[in-house]
Amino acid sequence: MKSAVIVFPGINRERDMARTLRLVSGREPAMLWHADTALPAGTDLVVIPGGFSYGDYLRCGAIAARSPIMAAVKKFAAGGGLVLAVCNGFQIVCEAGLLPGVLMRNSQLKFICRDVYLRVERSDTPFTRGYNAGQVIRVPVAHGEGNYIADGETIARLESEGRVLFRYASPDGLIDPNWNHNGAMNGIAGILNERGNVLGMMPHPENHVEATIGSTDGRGLFAGLVDHLAKAA
Amino acid sequence: MIPNEPKITPELVAEHGLKPDEYQRILDLIGREPTLTELGIFSAMWNEHCSYKSSKVHLRTLPTKAPWVIQGPGENAGVIDIGDGLAVVFKMESHNHPSYIEPYQGAATGVGGILRDVFTMGARPIACLNALSFGDPKHPKTRHLVSGVVAGVGGYGNSFGVPTVGGQVRFHTRYDGNNLVNAMAVGLAETGKIFYAAASGVGMPIVYLGSKTGRDGIHGASMASAEFDASSEEKRPTVQVGDPFSEKLLLEACLEIMAKGCVIAIQDMGAAGLTSSATEMGAKGDLGVTLDLDKVPTRETGMSAYEMMLSESQERMLMVLRPEKEAEAEAIFRKWGLDFAVVGETTPTKRFIVKHGGAVMADLPIKELGSEAPVYHRPFTETPKQAVIKAADVKPPMGLADALEKLIGTPDLCSKRWVWEQYDHIIGGNTVQRPGGDAAVVRVLEGPKGLALTADVTPRYCEADPFEGGKQAVAEAWRNLTAVGARPLALTDNLNFGNPERPEIMGQFVGCVRGIAEACKALDFPVVSGNVSLYNETQGRAILPTPTIGGVGLLDDFRKSATLAFKADGEAILLIGGDPGWLGQSLYLRDICGREEGAPPPVDLAAERRHGDLVRDFIGQGKVTAVHDISDGGLLVALAEMAMASGIGAKLEAPERQPSHAFWFGEDQGHYVVTAKESETPALLKAAQERGIPARRLGTTGGNALILPTERPILIGNLVSRFEGWLPRYMAGNAA
Repeated sequence: MKSAVIVFPGINRERDMARTLRLVSGREPAMLWHADTALPAGTDLVVIPGGFSYGDYLRCGAIAARSPIMAAVKKFAAGGGLVLAVCNGFQIVCEAGLLPGVLMRNSQLKFICRDVYLRVERSDTPFTRGYNAGQVIRVPVAHGEGNYIADGETIARLESEGRVLFRYASPDGLIDPNWNHNGAMNGIAGILNERGNVLGMMPHPENHVEATIGSTDGRGLFAGLVDHLAKAA
Repeated sequence: MIPNEPKITPELVAEHGLKPDEYQRILDLIGREPTLTELGIFSAMWNEHCSYKSSKVHLRTLPTKAPWVIQGPGENAGVIDIGDGLAVVFKMESHNHPSYIEPYQGAATGVGGILRDVFTMGARPIACLNALSFGDPKHPKTRHLVSGVVAGVGGYGNSFGVPTVGGQVRFHTRYDGNNLVNAMAVGLAETGKIFYAAASGVGMPIVYLGSKTGRDGIHGASMASAEFDASSEEKRPTVQVGDPFSEKLLLEACLEIMAKGCVIAIQDMGAAGLTSSATEMGAKGDLGVTLDLDKVPTRETGMSAYEMMLSESQERMLMVLRPEKEAEAEAIFRKWGLDFAVVGETTPTKRFIVKHGGAVMADLPIKELGSEAPVYHRPFTETPKQAVIKAADVKPPMGLADALEKLIGTPDLCSKRWVWEQYDHIIGGNTVQRPGGDAAVVRVLEGPKGLALTADVTPRYCEADPFEGGKQAVAEAWRNLTAVGARPLALTDNLNFGNPERPEIMGQFVGCVRGIAEACKALDFPVVSGNVSLYNETQGRAILPTPTIGGVGLLDDFRKSATLAFKADGEAILLIGGDPGWLGQSLYLRDICGREEGAPPPVDLAAERRHGDLVRDFIGQGKVTAVHDISDGGLLVALAEMAMASGIGAKLEAPERQPSHAFWFGEDQGHYVVTAKESETPALLKAAQERGIPARRLGTTGGNALILPTERPILIGNLVSRFEGWLPRYMAGNAA
C-alpha cells in the first residue's frame, strides 16, 4: 500500500497516522505539504489526518479545503483513488465538496475526548472489509465539532444508498442518543461518497491499533485497506 | 538621552511596582536617572516574578543534583537523562493572576508558555499536566472560572497537539479571589542535542522568530507580582492572547532548524518578553546585546520602545544563529509562514543597548540587570503547630457506608472526568495510562520505556504545618509514580503563596521549602526546575500555601505499569504500611465532621522509601495485579476508587483496632493497597515481613459492592453515580 498523508499547517495527528500506516502496511507513507501540487506517482491511498488546520480559524477545514494540494486530492478522488479523511480531515473533505453535509459544534458545546463505540454498518467496502457488518468497535474521539448535520434529503440518500459506514452506538450495538456524544444526526460517525472511494469519519481508528495502547479495534480499517489494495494490484 | 520622554517621578516609579529603595538601587547602578524605557526594563526584570527576590535565598537550599540530572534550575526547563541517549525536559509554571482576570486566555497562554519553555531546549513536547485550584463551589464566580480555565487549557493544548494526561482539581474558599493554574509540560530530546540560552561569539546576528509583537501583555509580569484588589478586572488588557496555531508552527520550525544545526542559542519570549530573553542570552554568554527595535515585526503601528520591550505577545523566540546557516534557517521559517528578522547582534561590551527610530532608548549593564536585582531576606514567623487530634475524640456523625457515599461525591474527591474529557489525552498515540489513575503513563517513542507523570500537593496540610505539608507534597508525587511501577527521577516545583511581605506568609513559604528539601534528599528526588508565584491574595486574604510538585518517573517497560482497577474476582487485597488512623486534617474530619483542624499526618520519609521500594519491586516482578496509594479520603476511598474503576467489589475484614472510622478514613502516609492472586499472597506477606514492613490481608475482591463487617453493602453503582455526578451537575448549574 503506497499511502500519502497530507499535512496542512496546524494538522497535529499526522505522526499518529503515519505510525499506524507503517505498523499495519509495513511501509512509510509519503508526507505531503499543503503547498505541494501533486501526489507521488503510484499513490493508492490519500489520508487527511486530524488536527486544527490553520488553527480552525474562520471555520473548521474551510481554509485547508482551498489550499494547493487539494486540487490534486480532488483529481485523485475523481479518478477513483481511495481517500481516508479523519476528524479535521472529515471537516476538510466536507468543505472541499468531496462529501455532503457539515460538522457542527458538539451538542454539549464542549471538546470531548473519550472512547466511543461504533457500529460498523457494512463490511463490503475497501474501508470496512476488515470488520463484520454489525460489529461494534471501540475507538477514541477527540473533537469539538463533530456533530454531523445535513438536509433531510441528503440524509435520506446517505441512508438509502448505504453510505453510512460507522454509527455511534452502545457497547451492544444499539443506536441510542445516550451513546452519541456529539449529537450527530442518525448517530453518523463516518460516511462514504457516492462512488464509495472517499471515507470521512470523526473518530480516530489510528489511535487504537496496539493492544498496549488502548485497543486494536481500529486496526481492521487499515488492515482491510492493505488487503483490498493487495488484491486490486 | 531621549528628550521627549516624561520625567521620572516617584508616582511613575511606584506605578512600575518599584519601591523607593529599589529605585535608589537603579540610580546607584547606572549613575543617572533612567529613561522611561529603562525604567520599564528594570520593572520587568526586578519584579518578583522574574527576579525571585523574595524566594531566591530559600530556593538555593533545594537539592538539585543527581547523576541523572543534566540540567537543574536556571534554564528554561530541567533536563534529566533516561538512558538510550534520550533526555526528558520538563517544567511547571503558574499562570494564576491572568487566569483569574481572563480565565480562558490566562490558562491558554499558561499552557503555551510552558510548552515553549520545553521546546526551546530542543525537546518535542509529549505530555502536559495541570494543577488547578478554584474557590468555594458556592462562590458566584467559581463556575465561570472553572469553565473558562478548563476550556483555555484544552483549547491551547488540543490545538497545539500535545496530550494532557493528568493533574489535579480542587476547591477551597481560600482560592475565591485567586484561583491557581499550574501547567506542566514534558518533552523528549536527544541528550546531545539540548539547546541553551547562553549566546556565544561577538557580532553574531540575533534573530527574532515567530509571531509579531503587539501591545498585549504589557506589564504582565508586574501584575503577577502584585496583590489583587477590587479593581483587578481592569487589568484585563495586560493578559496576553494565545494562538496555539502559531505555536504549533513555531514548534515545528524550531525543531527543524535545530536539527539542521542552525542554532547557537535560543530563548523564548515569556514574561517580560524581549527584555528578559535578550538580556538572558547576553548575560549568560558574558556578552553585550544591541537591539534595533525598528527591525522588530510589529502587529500595530506606532509602538514605542517602551511598549516593544515590555510586550508579552505570545509565540515569539529569540535566537542566535550560525551566520553561515542564516539563509537556510530563514527559508525554514518562511515555509512555516512565520516572521523572521535580524533585530540585533552580540557585542563585546556587556551593555544592553536598545535603539529605536535612530535613537538610543536604553543603555544598561547587561549582567547587573539580573545579578544586581534586589534579594530579600524577608522576615518570617513560623506557623504555630496544631494539636494532634486523637481519633477517639472524633465522634462519627454517621456510619461508614453513609460517610463513604457522601465523601465520594464531594467536590474534592469526585471524578474530574468533566475536566479531562475536554483535554485530548491520547494524541501522540503513546498514552498508556489515561487520567484518573495514580500517575499517567506515556510510552517513550516506540517503547519499551515509559514515563510516569504526576502533579501533587495537599494545601490543607501545608496550611496546618508547612514543613510536613512540603514533605508530603514531594512524598505523594513520589508515591504516585511508585504506584504505577515507575522509578521516581526528578521533580519540578511550582510554589504558590500569598504576600511574602507578611511574615506569617513568608513563614509558610520557608516551612514548605524546608519540607520539600528534606523529602527530596531522603527520596533521592531532586528539583530540576520550578517557578514561584507570590502575592496570591485578595484584600488581605491569602490562598492556602500550595507548593505543587510535578514528578517524573521512569518505567523500563511501560507494559508492566500497574493500574488501580481491581482485575478479577477472588483476589487477595493487601494493605501495605500498617494500620491507618490519622484523622487530623483528613477529608473525613473536614467534610463529614465539619472540622478543618488538627496537625496533618506526619511523613516518615525512611518508611515512605522502604514501603515504596517494596511495592515497586512487587510490580516489577509482576506479582501484584492492582496498586493504589492511600491519600485524600483514606483507605476506604482508595478501595472505592479501585472498585469503581473495575466494577468489581470487595469483602473487607474488620480492623483489629478501633475506632473504625479512623482506620477506614485516616490519611496516614506511605500506605498502599495492592491485590494479588491467592497463590502469591503468602510470598508477598513474607517479603514485606523480611523488610520489616507491616502488611496485612484486608479482604477479597468480588461481587458488586464493598462489604464491611458491620455495615450495609455499599453498591458500586451507587458510588459511581455519586462519584461521576457532582461535577457535571455543578457545571450545569444544578448543584453547589
